Amino acid sequence: MQLTTPKLTTEEKIWKLLEEVSDPEIPVLSILDLGVLRQVQVQEDGRVQVTITPTYSGCPAMNTIAADVKLKLLSKGFNNVAVDLQLSPAWTTDWLTPEGKRKLEEYGIAPPVEPNGDIHALFGRDPVVRCPRCHSENTKLISQFGSTSCKAHYQCEACLEPFDYFKCLK
Amino acid sequence: MDLQHTQSPAVQDYTPELRALLLDYTLQLADTSLILGHRLSEWCGHGPILEQDLAMANIALDLIGETRSLYQYAAELEGKGRSEDDLAYLREAVEYKNPLLVEQPNGDFAHTILRQFLFDGFHFFLLKDLQNSPDQRLAAIAAKAFKEASYHLKWSSEWVIRLGDGTEESKRRLQKAIANLWMFSGELFMMTDTEQQLAQAGIIPDYATLLPQWEAHVAKVFAEATLEVPQNVFMQKGGKTGRHSEHLGYILTELQYLQRAYPGLEW
Repeated sequence: MQLTTPKLTTEEKIWKLLEEVSDPEIPVLSILDLGVLRQVQVQEDGRVQVTITPTYSGCPAMNTIAADVKLKLLSKGFNNVAVDLQLSPAWTTDWLTPEGKRKLEEYGIAPPVEPNGDIHALFGRDPVVRCPRCHSENTKLISQFGSTSCKAHYQCEACLEPFDYFKCLK
Repeated sequence: MDLQHTQSPAVQDYTPELRALLLDYTLQLADTSLILGHRLSEWCGHGPILEQDLAMANIALDLIGETRSLYQYAAELEGKGRSEDDLAYLREAVEYKNPLLVEQPNGDFAHTILRQFLFDGFHFFLLKDLQNSPDQRLAAIAAKAFKEASYHLKWSSEWVIRLGDGTEESKRRLQKAIANLWMFSGELFMMTDTEQQLAQAGIIPDYATLLPQWEAHVAKVFAEATLEVPQNVFMQKGGKTGRHSEHLGYILTELQYLQRAYPGLEW
């Protein structure tokens, strides 16, 4: 694709660079895969503005991610970088890229499953989650709350492996 | 924390009166989630089973995350150079505005579950409406926290059912928790002057519209849990206007210790 303005090129270059910044808690995912990276803007004066959004309000990884973004860009000569935190629109698992979902499953974390019906139905049935190890659909929820805010704790009834499930958040 | 929030509403465009009201309200929401989050964090390493220990720590983390967003906004509304940390660590008990319910001690697991359940229902229906507030910042914080509160309410509702309709012992403990805690549920819906003015201005929901939704949910869960909904209980109040039980002082003593003993200390 022919790019028309040099400004666009710089922003695209930064997006590309930030593909190398991974989530500190799920290192197999980049912040692009995760949908945490929302916006990159290059100002007239060369200042770079990067906008990120937390998966959960209390996500303790945000400071690390912001620092990693700055370091990565600094190492490529972008000296003036500001990282902003944006709460709205609130992060949703819809922003996980297909590539991200594939990487998650390979890594041993079941990717989010589209629920049938309304997630806010309080006693709705839990979705069928496939075991990332043996791919059996005979799994059960152990706890809605797993090793990090964004994950639930499941167990496979076929191979008995306990595993993390990346909760669907709409 | 050097991360700055985008999408700040133009707080300088608000009248000083409105800013003062929003500050008071935002602090109240922040204090509430901070104190409950702290209470839940006291369970860390002491939960009845690992999965539930983790669940409580996770919910505490969500609440503290919400707290930070709220204190950051409060600090901007106040505009006096105080930070989120100053607001959490350097205010006295009488300046805290959380309702009495959330400062009640953990007690046993059933006691903690019931306290959480009573609060989660309120939190869920409040955030659901607050997402539509014309104040963009409150709306954004609420939209984020609402998704999390949905999981919290599901968790505590399921546990009320499991314990209420469980063994004789689990039911007895939950009934004891109801006898202890029900009297603090009313304050959640009693509106302070600040809340009334903000509701009239259309910035926050009228809590009278939240109460029936909360009551319907509680009734449904209690019915499934084979528990009676208490009737005609005298409701305690005071926390939202700074009149707290002695429990809050002990919480703050622990929570604020480091900043009081070593002012300005950083990690």
